Amino acid sequence: MSYRSPLGRVRGLGSAKDGTHHWWMQRVTAIALVPLGLWFAVKIVRLAHADWETAVTAFASPLVTALALILIGAGFYHLKLGLQVVIEDYVHHKPTEVFLQLAQTFLCTLLGLLGAISVLKLGLL
Amino acid sequence: MAQAERPLSPHLQVYRPQLTSVLSILHRVAGVALIGGAILLVWWLVGIAIGPAYYAKVKGVISSTVGQVVLFGFVAAFFYHLCNGVRHLFWDAGKLLEIGAAERAGWLVVLASAALTLVTWYFGMGG
Repeated sequence: MSYRSPLGRVRGLGSAKDGTHHWWMQRVTAIALVPLGLWFAVKIVRLAHADWETAVTAFASPLVTALALILIGAGFYHLKLGLQVVIEDYVHHKPTEVFLQLAQTFLCTLLGLLGAISVLKLGLL
Repeated sequence: MAQAERPLSPHLQVYRPQLTSVLSILHRVAGVALIGGAILLVWWLVGIAIGPAYYAKVKGVISSTVGQVVLFGFVAAFFYHLCNGVRHLFWDAGKLLEIGAAERAGWLVVLASAALTLVTWYFGMGG
């Protein structure tokens, strides 16, 4: 048996059992994504009509690789957290909800890895 | 557990749409729509990583009419979600919570995201 009081157990955890971690990580990633998103938008605009050689060169610097990796990591983590809340809010049939949560988690992981590996390959060329 | 058919308290449908509620709904819609943008963006990066022939194919699809419509939607959803996300961060810090301030910031988000979308489109992506 546990000697912790109900208040002690619930404090910082709440009904989701992971406390404010989800909420906080959504904010941390959001703050990171504001400058990174704007930076990458400018980069894409510059490369919009570029040929392949120019695009490859644009991803050849270590700083670009590092920032792009953070952007991809923060971006897909943020997307995963956001989709999770939307599914929790609107899908009330439990088996469907679990299926969608797994599907969106796998999709975000796959897309994030594809992006990260592409950026790494270009950075390490 | 059996789902009981309990009466629901009145919600969305009984309220007149307000700027704050419409922008809040749009924030979610834009956020979900950004999955499409994320797929497009990753596909573009994979295209660069694979090689010139595949990159040309990616560019061909993006510059088609359907590709351009999707891309414009992505750009608009991205800037709206980004600007309104900053508004959310102000709220999280306890600022701009009064009705007047929330609405003024809301209009600022609408104007800023429209301007950023059009500038981005003008300077590169369209065509």
